[in-house]
Amino acid sequence: MTHMFFILTVALYCCATAAYLACLVRTSPALTRWAGRILAVGFTAHLLSTIHLAVNMKYLPLTNMQESLSFFSLAVVGGFIFFERRYKVTTLGSFIIPVALLLLTASSTLHEQSRQLPPILQSNWFWLHALLAFASYACFTIAAGVAVMYLIQRYFLKTKHFGALFQKLPSLETMDDISYRCLTVGWPLLTVAIISGSIWSDQALGSYWIWDRKQTWSLIIWIIYAALLHGRITIGWRGKRAAILAIIGFIVVLFTFFGMKHSITW
Amino acid sequence: MNIIVVGLSHKTATVKIREKVAFSPNQIEKPLAELVSLDGIIEGVIVSTCNRVEIYATTRDIAGGIARIKRFMAEYHHLQFEELEPHLYSYHAEDAIRHVFRVASSLDSMVVGEPQILGQIKTSYGYAAEFRSSGIILNRFLHKAFSVAKRVRTETKIASSAVSVAFAAVELAKKILGDLSDKTVMLIGAGEMCELAAKHFINSGAKRVMVTNRTFDRAERLADEFGGEAVPFESFLEHLHRADIVLSSTGAPHCIIGPKDAEEVVKRRRFKPIFFIDIAVPRDIDPKVDDVENAYLFTVDHLQEIVQANLAQRSLEAEKAEEIIDQEIGQFHKWLSTLEVTPTIVALRNRFDDIRRSELEKTISGWKDLPPDAEKRLEALTLAMMNKLLHAPTSVLKQAGQGGRVDLYVDALRQLFGLEALRRDDEELELEE
Repeated sequence: MTHMFFILTVALYCCATAAYLACLVRTSPALTRWAGRILAVGFTAHLLSTIHLAVNMKYLPLTNMQESLSFFSLAVVGGFIFFERRYKVTTLGSFIIPVALLLLTASSTLHEQSRQLPPILQSNWFWLHALLAFASYACFTIAAGVAVMYLIQRYFLKTKHFGALFQKLPSLETMDDISYRCLTVGWPLLTVAIISGSIWSDQALGSYWIWDRKQTWSLIIWIIYAALLHGRITIGWRGKRAAILAIIGFIVVLFTFFGMKHSITW
Repeated sequence: MNIIVVGLSHKTATVKIREKVAFSPNQIEKPLAELVSLDGIIEGVIVSTCNRVEIYATTRDIAGGIARIKRFMAEYHHLQFEELEPHLYSYHAEDAIRHVFRVASSLDSMVVGEPQILGQIKTSYGYAAEFRSSGIILNRFLHKAFSVAKRVRTETKIASSAVSVAFAAVELAKKILGDLSDKTVMLIGAGEMCELAAKHFINSGAKRVMVTNRTFDRAERLADEFGGEAVPFESFLEHLHRADIVLSSTGAPHCIIGPKDAEEVVKRRRFKPIFFIDIAVPRDIDPKVDDVENAYLFTVDHLQEIVQANLAQRSLEAEKAEEIIDQEIGQFHKWLSTLEVTPTIVALRNRFDDIRRSELEKTISGWKDLPPDAEKRLEALTLAMMNKLLHAPTSVLKQAGQGGRVDLYVDALRQLFGLEALRRDDEELELEE
């Protein structure tokens, strides 16, 4: 059952990715509508499969890399749907949905057994920590996607190339704005995630902060985005500089996610 | 019934000729009345804009109708027929339908895709409807033309891109600054081009205008016109950071804004992007300004390039539009042919006969001890009734067919007897918009 939903989700995300990429080359309101619809159905299937898995296992499916990747992808798509509704920027999908598909495909290539959770993980603080962390990652993913779009559009404007993609991409201001919103949502989420994580760490290990690799890198991510937000609010960092920092931040997020396994979880 | 079109446009006649044959909208009643009183002309609409003067009419006699309308155009404006004739074109049947659909969709315009023409035709049709010179065919025809134009507009990108330099500047500004409604425009110098561009920006929502000029009087006058603020030329750099859009067109022999100034301004703006447009020759703004982060500099040449690209894009879109028109012509032609007398009589007869047969069938099948020749008699009886009933309408139709407004009868008949579900769709509402 879960597996069926999962396959369905992958198929739908494939279609949605194709549709969103097609939106880059063709202008058609119908195509845009369908891309959105397919994605919404895919997201629903994804959500159902995750819930089904969670109900079966009696805890959030975040026990191994396969489950985490799928959850990451779910969070990214959810975040995208939220921002798309708000800002009506279809082109964002052409940059974000392929990433979500990639995460999900990576997840599907792994065949790990859902592990029986050690009692150490069975804490509400851990679930809160994990949920918030993924929500903040989703925000950072979207911020990075918008940053890439910003740099492309800026390049077109500076080199005076006014092609089809230039017409499609939203204005610099809009993209700057979306990126800023992502940070103002993502950074507080990350902050709370780190706090709840350390409370859990205290419960499980008797220490709030143990300076393992995961914790250290999480702190680095937190500092990068804190610097970006701070620079933006006090000095007015915008445009190219903010975009590049958002991309660097995202690379560090990916690095931490893939490279830094928690010394106590997996 | 045939639709004919006679007229001239920017493609066949110069302004000099066009203005001579233009019909003034204030006195359109008289020519409309004269038009439909011409021999053989049944309905008529006059479209008169600065780029075209066209008459749409219906007639039974194509060649005669066209010739009479051509003469009418010359005589009404007291022109020599020989002088006017070479500039006139005429179309009938499918070509006439195609022509009007193309005109309404702005495919025949001087600037393909310009939106005014549709409104102008709607107004012209409004007069014709008001003075009752248009009838069932032209009503339907023009409503169809409006819906075709709407389809072309929504399904192709024919009108979606800027084709004037001033408008291209606005579009470009939107790509950088997003919504213009809280933005400020600064005019440096008071050139005509600058003024025009400023007007476009204001129409697109720009909130404030600042004007600076070497002669302060002139700056003040222009500022008044835009409801803006005049800034002394000597200190305009002090005010530059308040502007989001800077339009420059002074006659200065050297640059008045350098990269250092731009850097300073961007910093004071807390790195919010600023959009410079340099219209002056020689340049007012140092090209190096474009290298400053968050400053974007464009010259007239850049804008011109955008316009050229958009024009090329439009001609591509025009091909799609022609396809749409091809489809729609077929549909309209079909409707037009249903207004002919003979097919209507046949359809009416068939309709009656169908009813007769099915009712006869019902009666006979439920009748148990039916006498042997009764079936034949019933057949003869019903047939005779049907023929008697149909005799009068048929002969009236045939008579009307020789004369004037047969289409009224035909249309009424088709509707009364449900001969064909005539689609009365949203086209009818089009004019009221």
